[in-house]
Amino acid sequence: MSTAPLTEPIDRPAPRGSRFKFLIGSPVTALAGLCLALVVISAVFAPWLAPHDPLQLAPALRLKPSSAEFLLGTDAYGRDVLSRIIYGGRISLLIGIGAAVISIVAGLAIGLVAGFFRWIDAVVMRVMDGLMAIPGVLLAVAVISLSGASIKTVLIAIVIPEIPKVARLVRSVVLSAREEPYVEAAISIGSSLPKILWRHLMPNTFPPLIVQGTYICASAILTEAILSFVGAGINPETPTWGNIMAEGRMVFQIKPSLIFWPGLLLSVTILSINLIGDATRDVLDPRMKQRGSDR
Amino acid sequence: MVGFLLRRILVSVPVMGVVALFVFFLLRLTPGDPAAIIAGDMATPEQLERIRTSLGLNAPLPEQFMTWIGHILRGDFGVSLISNVPVLTMIGQRLEPTVSIALCTTVLSVVIAVPLGVIAAWKHDTWIDRFVMGLSVLGFSVPVFVIGYLLVQVFALDLHWLPVQGFRSITKGLVPFAERAALPTLALSFIYIALIARMTRASMLDVLGEDYVRTARAKGLGEPSVLLRHALRNAAVPVITVIGTGFGLLISGVVVTESVFNLPGIGRLTVDAVLARDYPVIQGVILLTSALYVAINLAIDVAYTFLDPRIRY
Repeated sequence: MSTAPLTEPIDRPAPRGSRFKFLIGSPVTALAGLCLALVVISAVFAPWLAPHDPLQLAPALRLKPSSAEFLLGTDAYGRDVLSRIIYGGRISLLIGIGAAVISIVAGLAIGLVAGFFRWIDAVVMRVMDGLMAIPGVLLAVAVISLSGASIKTVLIAIVIPEIPKVARLVRSVVLSAREEPYVEAAISIGSSLPKILWRHLMPNTFPPLIVQGTYICASAILTEAILSFVGAGINPETPTWGNIMAEGRMVFQIKPSLIFWPGLLLSVTILSINLIGDATRDVLDPRMKQRGSDR
Repeated sequence: MVGFLLRRILVSVPVMGVVALFVFFLLRLTPGDPAAIIAGDMATPEQLERIRTSLGLNAPLPEQFMTWIGHILRGDFGVSLISNVPVLTMIGQRLEPTVSIALCTTVLSVVIAVPLGVIAAWKHDTWIDRFVMGLSVLGFSVPVFVIGYLLVQVFALDLHWLPVQGFRSITKGLVPFAERAALPTLALSFIYIALIARMTRASMLDVLGEDYVRTARAKGLGEPSVLLRHALRNAAVPVITVIGTGFGLLISGVVVTESVFNLPGIGRLTVDAVLARDYPVIQGVILLTSALYVAINLAIDVAYTFLDPRIRY
């Protein structure tokens, strides 16, 4: 996997209409897209695809090896591992997409305002600096330890450290865009402030935000798994990839596959999202491609 | 120089202030009675009252904050609700494993990632470059605990080369320490290598396009000398920056790695505190790691002025 090229060279910006051609332009990106599509399909159609009830306890069937009935065997409570993994994708994707949307909307609002008003800027950006100084997982853990773990609190916990990054990005784009003649023109013909922000400044932020969104999605899925894994995540009964692995820790020496299957799926999902993000960035911002760096 | 130092330190004060406010209000603004949240469902009214008094919850908010921050500034981070041991003492006892693993990881990552990044930039757009970049995307994507368990499976359970888990202080001999620190360090290094290699490559690519690199080549210098003396030294600033900003990543990784390898460090302490809802401990860990983050980035900023004479504040 790793020896293959990440992205094929793209000579010129894709003409309108074939904007998403890049997704099939490179074999690696195409493969990533395929993997992600499979994960999404299995998550959406989990009730039909899963061979068993992911919550069905069967003490008599504890830690069974793979068989025709239980393709990946059973866990320490006799639950079907395959079904749990299929359902686990739902939570991961929900958290990933939710975190990306929320942090982009909130970061966009904060960044637009901070970029346009100097006096708000100083205050808001200091607050953002402060939030960024707290290691992400620790902040999440603190939020969860206080308000208890649910999908909502896990989302909030993941989103708080991401918002400052989005806000900074938006602010930097706005700061350079507001000096452009068309913004000056809009001000001089008396456009209202919301209109300037909405119509003239905000569209500039979309290309970098789309890219940032994919990275946030990937890192949110990872953080959710980490939280579940250390026992600070969503209720352990709920099938999530992190929860399956957390339970697998106790029986790791007997049945390592309880950690490796969800781990593999988690890694492939995050890898696919990251690769698609990289490919999107190369199309939207060809200058970054040369440097290949960013985060 | 002194003026710059002072100004730079002053800029860090509001950052720490925000961290402190956040930690303070996180507890107070969570819906419900903070004392009840901390004490749990089984608390008796006396326990609740004791917590309320110890946190000063009966006073108005601004007064609470001033008392609280006053205690923190004097190094009083409160006592653990579970063990009644001062938080600072608890953190001090757990410092060694975390610091050793974090330091080993930083050193190992720099030693591996910087050459990788230099070679990738030098062989830009060849298979070597793509291999390094592929490796780096992989490093960002595979969770540290998956890498950790893979390493345990291969090197501890299958090959029996190294112990599965545990920690031994370096003061009890280098070999037992290294045996136990090797796998956690390796596991944690992956993402850090990915981060630093990417940044080194990007920074080197910028510098390799500069005129003075062309001049160096034109006057007949060998490639090693061009790369290391002329390019890398100029490309070092962003690379060092990323080591500082990556500190948060390192701490997050430590929390997980310590759970995988059962290391009695800050990460385990935090996880145990979350499970027991021991908020004073969590609060102490957050305040101290954030302060460390700010201090490290401050030190790096200051280090620039020595490393790169072009940077003048």
